[in-house]
Amino acid sequence: MSTAVGTAVGVGILASYEYLDSTIDAIEALKKAGFRPKAYAPYPDHHIEHALGYGRSPVRVWTLVGGLTGAATGLAFPVWTSLDWPLVVGGKPIMSIPPYIIITFEMMVLFGALSTIIGMFLLSRIPNLKPDVMYDPEFTAGRYGVYVDAEGARLDEARRILKAQEPIELREGAPTHA
Amino acid sequence: MATSEKEVVERGALAHPDLHRLDDVNRDVLRALKTPGKGWWILFGVAATGVGLFLGAWLLIQVPYGIGVAGLTSPVGWGVYITTFVFWVGIAHSGTLISAILFLFRAPWRQSIYRAAEAMTVFAVMTAGLFPLIHVGRLWHAYWLIPYPNSRFLWPNFKSPLVWDVFAITTYFTVSATFFFIGCIPDIAAARDRATGLRKKFYQLISLGWQGTDSQWHHFGNAYVFLAALATPLVLSVHSVVSWDFAMSIVPGWHTTIFAPYFVAGAIFSGIAMVITLVVPMRKIFGLEAYLTTKHFDAMAKLMLLTSLIVFYAYLSEFFLAWYSGEEIERTAFWNRVFGNYWWASWIMLTCNGLVPIMLWFKRVRHSIPALFVITIFVNIGMWFERYVIVVVSLSHEYEPFAWGLYRPSIVEMTILLGSFCWFGFWFLLFTRLLPPVAIQELKEVMPPPMRRKKSLEAHG
Repeated sequence: MSTAVGTAVGVGILASYEYLDSTIDAIEALKKAGFRPKAYAPYPDHHIEHALGYGRSPVRVWTLVGGLTGAATGLAFPVWTSLDWPLVVGGKPIMSIPPYIIITFEMMVLFGALSTIIGMFLLSRIPNLKPDVMYDPEFTAGRYGVYVDAEGARLDEARRILKAQEPIELREGAPTHA
Repeated sequence: MATSEKEVVERGALAHPDLHRLDDVNRDVLRALKTPGKGWWILFGVAATGVGLFLGAWLLIQVPYGIGVAGLTSPVGWGVYITTFVFWVGIAHSGTLISAILFLFRAPWRQSIYRAAEAMTVFAVMTAGLFPLIHVGRLWHAYWLIPYPNSRFLWPNFKSPLVWDVFAITTYFTVSATFFFIGCIPDIAAARDRATGLRKKFYQLISLGWQGTDSQWHHFGNAYVFLAALATPLVLSVHSVVSWDFAMSIVPGWHTTIFAPYFVAGAIFSGIAMVITLVVPMRKIFGLEAYLTTKHFDAMAKLMLLTSLIVFYAYLSEFFLAWYSGEEIERTAFWNRVFGNYWWASWIMLTCNGLVPIMLWFKRVRHSIPALFVITIFVNIGMWFERYVIVVVSLSHEYEPFAWGLYRPSIVEMTILLGSFCWFGFWFLLFTRLLPPVAIQELKEVMPPPMRRKKSLEAHG
C-alpha cells in the first residue's frame, strides 16, 4: 500500500517493518548507500542505535553542569546568608559547613535533575508541537520504522533498499519536520 | 537493551502465556484506560467522599478554629499530623527504590510494577506535603517555609533540620514527579495512538509530540539513567533528613545516631507494603494478572522481609542501647515506651512490624496473594504506629516528671488522618484511569524482539 503524493523536490519515504532484523538490515543498507535514515521503534533498542552509529548522548554534560551549579549554589547560599548577618545560634560557628552540605546535596540533585530534563528536551526536540506528518501510529505499539529524505533517482534507490526488506507499509510524501 | 529470548525465559521476567507480540502489551495495558468497572467506581466513590471529609475537616474546622481543635498541647506539640507526615514520606520511598535503585541494579522484576510504585511516590509526597501545612495551623503563613529573609534581612537558620527538611521534601517532590512524568511520555504516546476524540487531544498534548524516533530514544535512555542515578542518593537522603528533624534534638528516644538508616529501612518497608496493598486490587480490577505474577509478589515480599528484619533489629538495638548506656533518662524513656501509658502503641508496632512479617519466611505465604494483602495491611498499620510511638510517646515523657503529659488525638485529627488515605487513593485511582498503569515500553525491552530470520542479532555487531 503506497501513496505517492510527493512533488519532484524533497520527498520522504517511510517504511514500516514488523521485524527488528529487517529494520536493521534496511538501516545498514541505506547507510552504506550514503543515506541518513531515521528510525522509529516502540522501545529503546540498542541494535538500532548501534546501526545508526550513536555514541554517548551529550545529556551527560547537562547533568554534570546542572549538578555542579546546584552544588555551588547550595553551598554558597547558606554561607552567604550566614555571613550577611552573623548571628551565633546554639553556640555553633557562624559558618558551619556540615549542615550546609545537606542543602548543597539537595540543590545538586534538584539542579542536576532539572538540567538533565532540559538537556533531554532540547536534544530530542520535545515538546514538539509539529510532530512528523509521515508517521505510523503502530510505531508506539509493535512496528519499527525507517524514514529517509530523498529525491529523483536517489528516491528510487531508497525505495528499492527499503522494499528489499519487505515492509508492511511503504509511504512517500512531504518531508517530515525534523 | 533488548534481551535475547533465552535470557528472558531464564530471568522469568515475563511468563505470560498470551503475550507473544509487542503490541499485545499495548492491548492489555491500554484496556485499563477504557473500561472503568464497577469495582473502580465503588472505590472512587469512597475516595471522593473521604476527600470531601478531609478537606472539610481541614479547611472548615482546623483552619478557621485554629490548632486548638487538635489534641496538641504541652508537652506533646507534635501529634497525629507530624506522625502522618512522616508516614506518607516513608510510603513514598519504596516507589523511588523500585523505579530508580532497582533500575540501576537491573532487577528483572521491576518493569511491571514500577509505574504504579512511582505514581504512589508522587501522590504520597503530595499527601505528606499537606501535613506541615495542616500542622502549622495558619495556612496563610505557609509561604514562610520558603527560605527568604524577613523584613530586617535576617535569613532562616540553615543549621536547623526543619529548613533541611523543606529543601529535601521539595526536591524530592520535584524530582520524583519529573522522573515519573518523563518515564510516562512514551507510554502516553502509545495511549494517544490508540485513543479517539477528547482523550486523543489530551494525550496528544501531554505526550509532547513523542514519536519514538531514534534520537528521542537515545537521549531519553541516557537521561533516564542519570535521573535514576540522581534519584537514588536523593531517596536515601530524604528520609535521613526527616529523621534528623528528631535526632538533632535532645529528646530521649529521638537523640540517636541510628535514626537515619533506621528511618530509611522503615520507609522502604512500609512503602513496599503499600505497593502490594495498591497493586493487588489494581491487578484484579484491570485484569493485569498476566503482568503481575506471583514472581513479582514473591520478590516484593522478600524485600519486605529483609527491611522488616532491619527495622526489627533497629528496635531491639534501641532498647539494648538504652539499657547499655546506663543513662537513667534514656532507660526510663524506653521502659515507658513498652510499659507506660502508651504501651499498646508500642506493642502494635512490635507485633505488626516484627512478628507478623515472620510469616514471609514461608514460600507458601509469599505466593499467596490474599495472605500478602493481609500482611501488608498489618505492616501499614504497624508503620504508622511506629511513627506515633517515636513522635508522641517520646514527647510525652521527657526529662522532668512535672512536664510529663498525655496526648489524645481529637476527632478532627483522626478525620484528617483517615481522609489523607482517601486523598491519596483518589489520585491513585485517577492515575490508573488516565495514564498507562504498567510501563508499556519497558516491558517491551525485556520481550524477545520480533525476528524474520531465526538468528541472533548479535551477529550484526
